[in-house]
Amino acid sequence: MFTYIVRRLVATIPVMAIVAVMVFAMLRLTPGDPASIIAGAAATSQDVAEIRTRLGLDRPIVSQFFIWIGHLLGGDLGESFFFKRQVADLVLDRVGPTVALSTMTILWSVLIAVPLGVVAAWKQGSWVDRVVMGFSVLGFSVPVFVIGYVLIYVFAIKLSWLPVQGYQPLRDGLGGFIGHLVLPSLTLSVIYIALIARITRTSVLEVLSEDYIRTAHAKGLPNRIVLMRHALRNAAVPIVTVIGIGIALLIGGVVVTESVFSIPGLGRLTVDAVLARDYPTVQAVILLFSVVYVLLNLVVDVAYTFLDPRIRY
Amino acid sequence: MSTAATAAIESAPPTVEGVTRRLARDPTVVFGVAVFALMCVMALAAPWLTAFDPAAIDPVARNKTPGSVAVMRADDGSTREVRHWMGTDSLGRDVASRVAYGARASLIVGVSVAVLAVAIGLAIGLLTGYLRWLDGLVMRIMDGLMAIPAILLAIALVSLSSAGLAAVIVAIVVPEVPRVVRLVRSVVLSVREEPYVEAAISVGTPTLPLILRHILPNTLPPLIVQATYICATAILIEAILSFLGVGIPPETPTWGNIMAEGRTLFRVYPHNVFYPGIFLALSVLAVNLLGDGLRDTLDPRMRKRL
Repeated sequence: MFTYIVRRLVATIPVMAIVAVMVFAMLRLTPGDPASIIAGAAATSQDVAEIRTRLGLDRPIVSQFFIWIGHLLGGDLGESFFFKRQVADLVLDRVGPTVALSTMTILWSVLIAVPLGVVAAWKQGSWVDRVVMGFSVLGFSVPVFVIGYVLIYVFAIKLSWLPVQGYQPLRDGLGGFIGHLVLPSLTLSVIYIALIARITRTSVLEVLSEDYIRTAHAKGLPNRIVLMRHALRNAAVPIVTVIGIGIALLIGGVVVTESVFSIPGLGRLTVDAVLARDYPTVQAVILLFSVVYVLLNLVVDVAYTFLDPRIRY
Repeated sequence: MSTAATAAIESAPPTVEGVTRRLARDPTVVFGVAVFALMCVMALAAPWLTAFDPAAIDPVARNKTPGSVAVMRADDGSTREVRHWMGTDSLGRDVASRVAYGARASLIVGVSVAVLAVAIGLAIGLLTGYLRWLDGLVMRIMDGLMAIPAILLAIALVSLSSAGLAAVIVAIVVPEVPRVVRLVRSVVLSVREEPYVEAAISVGTPTLPLILRHILPNTLPPLIVQATYICATAILIEAILSFLGVGIPPETPTWGNIMAEGRTLFRVYPHNVFYPGIFLALSVLAVNLLGDGLRDTLDPRMRKRL
């Protein structure tokens, strides 16, 4: 088990190296000159040259890459061109809202989608099933920001139940913290619920036709026990897999949702940094998101062994 | 009809005609095709459908609510009343015209991304599936690309060049290519073991005709399905990029741009966000439904998996 985790961790290194090369190349081979952007409109060419030297932008591209990687491994993400601060500090400032939003979204999604999927499979062909399936098609088609604005319009503007936008840190009170996160996390969870409910339905349906389910029913076990202990347990692997794959959707959605709800998180930071052509920040955020995505999927792979003891590594 | 007869029909090799007939009977496919066709008509006929120039700024007519009446003066001095069916935005531009013209950007992006991603992915997938020495390297690069969430990769790519239609298309194609490559490669790997491929190799068929004649046709049904889903994703991502302000320049009417412009005054004038949103959601839904229908008909094995 332990050796398996280590082996998988090592196997992610080439992937991450390729991501690093791509992210670096992509953002360093751009037309805009970051040195003159930082210097501003009033700068002389001497100022620009000075900034270029200070940031190492005058060195060959390959050595720039290795300087960057070396700093990265030492935990130094560089200095933001635009915010004039250490990128690591910038990311640390912004990581809280994003983690809070994502965690709440995953909680909602799993708590809503898994029971929906189980019921849809159990009552296959019923109105519940049709509603769940219809919702899952809709969830994939209605863009995150449209859902966000509909929810804002109904619950924040018309009904005034929840705040329209913004974010409140946990230290300023639990009520405000949750209140500000309800709408964005519901918005973000729609596509995730669609995805998980669909997979749950399919894999539970498959399990329900197994002999041991019939045996369990024949023993006179109540439906609840059969569904939860026999069906869901055996259907868990594909469900957990899709939760892992869905992290990519979640990350994409975070960028949009944070913009809609004016949440000062990493997604908002990404968009601001791209608009300002702030390479170090963009590189750091994309790398960070990719590392999180790859590692979370590693966690999912490891989770299989707990969910299904037949799987051994 | 007896079960035996049904089975015989289903096991008969599918013809284009038979597949079309089966698709035409599927209500979701019919709905999808109908909505998509309507969007195409709207995009093509935009100049005749709307009375206003989508780019014309009118300071007097700012933030009109849907249905309000405007007076238009023709060249000969005569006047006529025209309705802003969807109101106007904060610059006084007619939202209905912008929404109609916005269909163009969405459709162009959706279709060209689907075609380009499938073409590039197919070429790479066929080669890597068939040439073993290329496989390892290319698949590692694809893994790397897939490790970056699609929207992030698109946002980063679009910032590389000056914003425009072509840049947006390229930025959306790149994250989609690895998915196509994986699909094609998996089909190639399974087909390569088939007896008829071995037979073709043993009679000395050169590599290129072998790939084109014996392997390529097997990849087409799943690819058509995949292309439809890519089209839907592309329409969505284009709107997201425009909405975030990193996509097609804001003066061009696209659904995402209209919504981005409308969001500042959303509390008072929600129509600027909702109308383009409805059209966007409807077209993506239509294309997705079309994809589901195509999948059930062309690629029945997929149905069991999802």
